[in-house]
Amino acid sequence: MSDEPLRGSTPEDPSGFVRAVDERGAATVGTVGGGLTPTGRKGGNPVSRVVGHPLFGWLVIAVAVALPFVNSSAYAIRISTDALIFIMLAVGLNVVVGYCGLLDLGYAAFFAIGAYTSGVLSTTFGWPILATIPFVVIAAVIGGLLIGGPTLRLRSDYLAIVTLGFGEIIRITANNLDFTGGPNGVFGIPDFGDFGLRSDIATYWVVVVVVGLAVLASSRLGRGRLGRAWRFVREDEDAAEAMGIHTYKVKFAAYVTGAIFGGLAGVLFAVHQTAISPPSFNFLWSALILMAVVLGGMGSTPGVVIGAIIISLLPELLRGAENWRYLIFGVLLIVVMIFRPQGIWPHRVEEKPDRGRRRRSSPEPEEVAR
Amino acid sequence: MEYFLQLVLNGLFVGAFYGLVALGYSMVYGIIKLLNFAHGDIYMLGAFAGYTMLTIGAGALGGGSLVALVVILIIAMILTGTLGLVLERVAYRPLRSAPRLSVLITAVGASFALEYGIAVLYGPNPRVYPVGFGNAAIEIFGARLTWAQLFMMLVAVLLMVALDTWVGRTRSGRAMRAISQDPKACLLMGINVDNVISRTFFIGSALAGAGGVMAGAYYGKIDFLMGFIIGLKAFTAAVIGGIGNIRGAVLGAVVLGLLESFGTAWLGSEWRDVFAFGFLILFLTVRPTGLLGERVTERV
Repeated sequence: MSDEPLRGSTPEDPSGFVRAVDERGAATVGTVGGGLTPTGRKGGNPVSRVVGHPLFGWLVIAVAVALPFVNSSAYAIRISTDALIFIMLAVGLNVVVGYCGLLDLGYAAFFAIGAYTSGVLSTTFGWPILATIPFVVIAAVIGGLLIGGPTLRLRSDYLAIVTLGFGEIIRITANNLDFTGGPNGVFGIPDFGDFGLRSDIATYWVVVVVVGLAVLASSRLGRGRLGRAWRFVREDEDAAEAMGIHTYKVKFAAYVTGAIFGGLAGVLFAVHQTAISPPSFNFLWSALILMAVVLGGMGSTPGVVIGAIIISLLPELLRGAENWRYLIFGVLLIVVMIFRPQGIWPHRVEEKPDRGRRRRSSPEPEEVAR
Repeated sequence: MEYFLQLVLNGLFVGAFYGLVALGYSMVYGIIKLLNFAHGDIYMLGAFAGYTMLTIGAGALGGGSLVALVVILIIAMILTGTLGLVLERVAYRPLRSAPRLSVLITAVGASFALEYGIAVLYGPNPRVYPVGFGNAAIEIFGARLTWAQLFMMLVAVLLMVALDTWVGRTRSGRAMRAISQDPKACLLMGINVDNVISRTFFIGSALAGAGGVMAGAYYGKIDFLMGFIIGLKAFTAAVIGGIGNIRGAVLGAVVLGLLESFGTAWLGSEWRDVFAFGFLILFLTVRPTGLLGERVTERV
């Protein structure tokens, strides 16, 4: 436990970093490297190859846009809007858990912050919903600062339980304060405008656009320089730090990005439901979002999207078996972690080198790890 | 003055419960660095084990006599302890060398499975405990303390002292402390690390189970989500005391109990949980190692 602090190195007494590499080298390759990244080569199983195909995303978007022409019943529109909002939450949490490896168990808190900020501003103060969005972002960032600030410096386990507490704080606070409507919540939240369409379909299309952009943004983020830093931090934080990554800043960026995604999803939720109340934001929500991310494959955007669709549409198929459903989810989390930690549709590791410029670049660390 | 004393007594009483749960949290964390999210649910299972035994054996045991309750307490402790052991074996041991994130997620899954397993078995509605304690109380300088509260605090203190003696004086307690310092070296020294870890889970879970039975008998109502909040509180207590430190966990629990008691008197009971978790965040900012924790540099 009480390892001596890192001192200057002498030939007899190698520096902490050298010792770390010596001790950890084999273990890191064996466990961490094999842990979250898939072990199979070339895209793995057929499903994940289909899912990972570039055209797949376009196909999903086409289906989502075309849905109201195929089936415009209020029920179909409602559950698809729910599913889309859930996708947004899942890709947001994927940035935190999947890319950066920080376990956030109170993600519904940001969802609540977004929903309440825009709900209160638009009903009590009569603002149009679009005008509330900057304030939602600000509120979500402040929430991220409050929780991430103190805890991201500590071991990642602390973050898990503090966020769990934070989720409860937000829910109880919303329940107790007057301007959030107490246990009754906020109701009569306006929509984005109906553009001459049926109002639920108009909302649905707005949600499709926003969620589509969010999915795109999160998958792009994961592929950039910052995304690589996130993955590095996830695989081995100490090594990442030794390589000159400011791990605190990088983790913070992931956490705040996740917060903003959650907040914006909250706005969509408030508009879609037109009424929000504290029980909508309990721990179950956070756990379900996490479930979607883990099941779909942490760090894999297409996988997470599919995971979210499954988790959000499953209850519609399994009505009446609520408790069984959650029992199965719990067992499934354990089973997935033991037997298939990379998720059902894992992320493809191979990064295509940029055309021309990086053709001769050496293989990614994950490649070496195998 | 009486009011003040009353608040102190209430705080100590609640702190005793938190302490029983926090000990298991802290022990498990100290030895394998795992946040056992399912620990609060073990407490809930203890309450349900006691409930089941009391309902089935109500006639045989002749109602809620003290002896019967103690017997049930012991059986429930053995049951929950065994369950903790099984949980470690099934869910945590296969992942001992896996990344931390996987283990944390597994723990969340275990917690979920236990909660909703009970919801499937017993139904989601709260159950009423078949025994209750009378309201007979003693007055201490004008503050009320019921006999039941006094009895439970005594049991809690007894268990804590027993644990402290066990960890500090016995051979297997020493093995446990050794593992918390360096598991690899312990393996080389011929200590059966797996066994000691199992034992730790057994003891921690048994203590939580005892807390569950007593909480059920005292509050009279149990439900399948009762372990969620207390698990969080126990963690808070463990952090305040310095996680991994056994005496620290008890100290933290008492401090948290008192803080909550005064916080509730000051802000109203609807803010109690917010106050406690707010305090957790504050504490992690100011002194993440806790009151009794030593400064630990992260080992790479």
